[in-house]
Amino acid sequence: MSLLLICTAMVFAVISGFPGLLPYSSKWGQKIAFALMSVSAVTGLLGSGLVFFLNSNPTFTFPWPAVGNCIIGVDELSAFFLIPVFLIGGLGSLYGLGYWPQDKHPSNSRKLLLFWGWMVGGMALLLVSRDALAFLLGWELMALSAFFLVTTEDNHLENRKAGWIYLISTHLGTLSLLALFSLWRWKSGSFALQPITENSISVALMNVFFLLAIIGFGLKAGIMPFHFWLPAAHATAPSHVSAILSGVVLKMGIYGLVRWFSLFPEIPHVWGTIIIILGLISGLAGVLFAIGQHDIKRLLAYHSIENIGIILMGLGIALLGKSFDKPVLVLLGMSGCLLHVWNHSLFKSLLFLCAGSVVHNTQTRQIDQLGGLAKSMPLTAAMFLIGAVAICGLPPLNGFISELFVYLGFLRIVADGSHLLTVALGIPALAAIGAFAVSCFVKVYGAVFLGLPRHNHSNHQESPLFMTVPMMILAGICVAIGIAPMLFTPVLSRVVAIWNPSMQLGGISLNTAAPLLQISLISIALIVGVLITGLVAVDKKRARYAVTWDCGYAKPDSRMQYTASSFAQSIVCLFSWVLRPREHNPHLKEYFPKSQKMKSHIDEIVLSRVLVPASNTFVRLCRFFHRFQHGLIQHYILYILITLFLMICIQMPFKELIYQWFRN
Amino acid sequence: MPPLLFGVINKTKAWFAGRTGMPLLQPYYDIIKLMRKGMVISDTTTWIFRFGPVITLMTVFIAGLLVPMGSFDAPFSFTGDLILFTYLFGLSRFFTTASALDTGSSFEGMGSSREVTFAAFSEPALFFAFAALVKMSGSFSLSSMLHSPLEELSIDIAAPLVLLAIGLYIVMLAESCRIPVDDPNTHLELTMIHEAMVLDHSGPLFGIISYASALKLFILGTVLLHVIFPFRISISWVNWLLYILEMLVLAVSIGVVESVMARLQMKHVPYLLISAILFCAFGFVLIFR
Repeated sequence: MSLLLICTAMVFAVISGFPGLLPYSSKWGQKIAFALMSVSAVTGLLGSGLVFFLNSNPTFTFPWPAVGNCIIGVDELSAFFLIPVFLIGGLGSLYGLGYWPQDKHPSNSRKLLLFWGWMVGGMALLLVSRDALAFLLGWELMALSAFFLVTTEDNHLENRKAGWIYLISTHLGTLSLLALFSLWRWKSGSFALQPITENSISVALMNVFFLLAIIGFGLKAGIMPFHFWLPAAHATAPSHVSAILSGVVLKMGIYGLVRWFSLFPEIPHVWGTIIIILGLISGLAGVLFAIGQHDIKRLLAYHSIENIGIILMGLGIALLGKSFDKPVLVLLGMSGCLLHVWNHSLFKSLLFLCAGSVVHNTQTRQIDQLGGLAKSMPLTAAMFLIGAVAICGLPPLNGFISELFVYLGFLRIVADGSHLLTVALGIPALAAIGAFAVSCFVKVYGAVFLGLPRHNHSNHQESPLFMTVPMMILAGICVAIGIAPMLFTPVLSRVVAIWNPSMQLGGISLNTAAPLLQISLISIALIVGVLITGLVAVDKKRARYAVTWDCGYAKPDSRMQYTASSFAQSIVCLFSWVLRPREHNPHLKEYFPKSQKMKSHIDEIVLSRVLVPASNTFVRLCRFFHRFQHGLIQHYILYILITLFLMICIQMPFKELIYQWFRN
Repeated sequence: MPPLLFGVINKTKAWFAGRTGMPLLQPYYDIIKLMRKGMVISDTTTWIFRFGPVITLMTVFIAGLLVPMGSFDAPFSFTGDLILFTYLFGLSRFFTTASALDTGSSFEGMGSSREVTFAAFSEPALFFAFAALVKMSGSFSLSSMLHSPLEELSIDIAAPLVLLAIGLYIVMLAESCRIPVDDPNTHLELTMIHEAMVLDHSGPLFGIISYASALKLFILGTVLLHVIFPFRISISWVNWLLYILEMLVLAVSIGVVESVMARLQMKHVPYLLISAILFCAFGFVLIFR
């Protein structure tokens, strides 16, 4: 039943863009696409939700002549990841009605609709497949549609460049996955992704599996050294596309890792440690790079890397728990990982949709050109605030709950064993990530929504309902998970049980391992307390209004405000050894200098400092071969002739010829 | 009791400078006076500006409910409340800095920029200290962690505790904006952190802010005292007396530090905080040894 519903949803998603392709359908194409997508989202969510109510995990096998049987099926783990796919897929489609209407973007709107549906369908396919080849089919469908979505506005050079880098990296990932699955087929005898019962795989091969999985899935998830494609691609796409790319598509890489690790009965404990260290690097570096950004969407994209880091820390704790047979660690780590997957897809999509609403109204993504929008767009500002508090992992909202699980996992490791000292670094690192995230989002929120407008755009207004309704739904779910987390623990514990079926919990449940009830009570008390004290203490009648006091300046100006760049300056300077900021300072020569401009930017360091120099070196090393490449067709024919001649020569029986020659 | 700490600190400083100083209870008078006054609100601000101080007060208050005071256990105590404790301070920081940016003034922007920068160093130090205490006591809640009975004071436990105490002392000075990091006396200088952020708040809002910052110092001081004096006597009222006495001594020590030291250069503050991280980290490593 649930599988049938999910497959129906997949079909609806894939066909949703087709009506818009027909001639003369421009006006209605988008509305039909939205209708189909919403049908798809509702059936998909229903199907995924049913998995948690029914106790059967249906699988279905159908013949695929070339490679044997193809298996699809749905279990709690798939359903858990399917829920954000359909939720964001449907809400993004609604948002698109207001943000990217067909009559304003006649040249690329159809493309966007078509590939949006395909991407949702591809993700659903890869999540329900229990077979490596069907998985790869869904993976590629998702990856290629994402390329076309990133390059929606392919008339800009910047977008084409981002798209190409994305395409190259996603193919590297697929290549690594192909190798991984071929090795799997060689070892286990089939393409089916079923858990192996006893561990007959050699250590070396296990490590190759691990390495290939980290590269293949890590390139998609945006783990730190493999994240180079991510900021540009997510920044240039239309905002609802960025929302689904950041909120959902990255999670497919995490799903791949989680599913892949569930296949092995025993996990070497080095894996967990490496995953945690990768998480530390992604988390810290991601948030530091985010602080230095001037482009609001690029900043949010770097924050995705940070959150992937937190997710990885949870996953690493769960892996360590599996290696050392400590069920509490598995429970806490995996719940942290999974809940953060949901949470991140909720608040990151929310933030991207809010950013889209800002971009829609102001036509700029530069934080330093915005300001004071909370007055003209109060709803967007409030929603962004909810998203910002949630992504910093602060208490009354959902981000705190998943970070709490990860912290508790780390603290248990510290309390239990002394041989895992390096892992314990996760605790202060997570604290630092939280503090940096606060500074980053205070910067964005303060610079974009508070203070005075930095440029005189007087015609700002709140975005249409099509855009604000999805934001409100996402914010509502964020608040719900934040203040009533215990409602979601049954779901989490069932997924954890699927991930590690052999685990004996022995009476430990998530509600006893983590104090969710108390947290929820305190959160409610906090909200109620703030509202009551706020309304009592802040008596607006007693207030007088005046200009901001600025040391007696007669005429405060919006240009005197602290900019977002100066706000971030102190942290950027302290960490300039990582960030490598580049500044173009004007040189003042005369006594009365003219107006000057100062620029500073932080490049994507892996791309600009590692990959581009490496490929340049490679090209230089291959320069020798340039001599043979003139573009003259006669030369190429000559090369072919020479090659042909050589090949004939190789085939010639020289020995016999010489032998005969001398005998004569 | 919290504002009394400020009174004691000021009295100590006055004594060092050879002045009479303000009355001990002056901070109370100030807060009462502020609560009765009207306020001036900047035109540029939104509801964030008005709710920021309230949220700060509530979060600090709830964080205080998680910490055991004297010989009493905390009203709320559960597994992992130490994480909630530090994250509540994070929430208050978010709204304090956001309401500072709401005014659009460059002083307040500067103050909040510094505040979030230094917090990024003091939070890891705090968490290192908590992780060490978790390891030492084997429990995950502030009450049992800070109240774990200590039978004998062996060098194995004393050495890390000393390191943790030094680290936490620096964190406390930084978080409550005292001298080597921030100077609470010179309003309106470019060198300010906390006071610069609240320049535009007035009347009841400023009263709330003053009380909240006193409360914050009081709570962090309590945590520190549990680390410095991990002993308890079985008689309850003696414990209370001791606790109050310890608190006053702590306030005097802050006053002494403020009198004998100058504020560090802004660019040197991170080094001080990194040293706090290192103290806590070495304490942590020593426990593992």
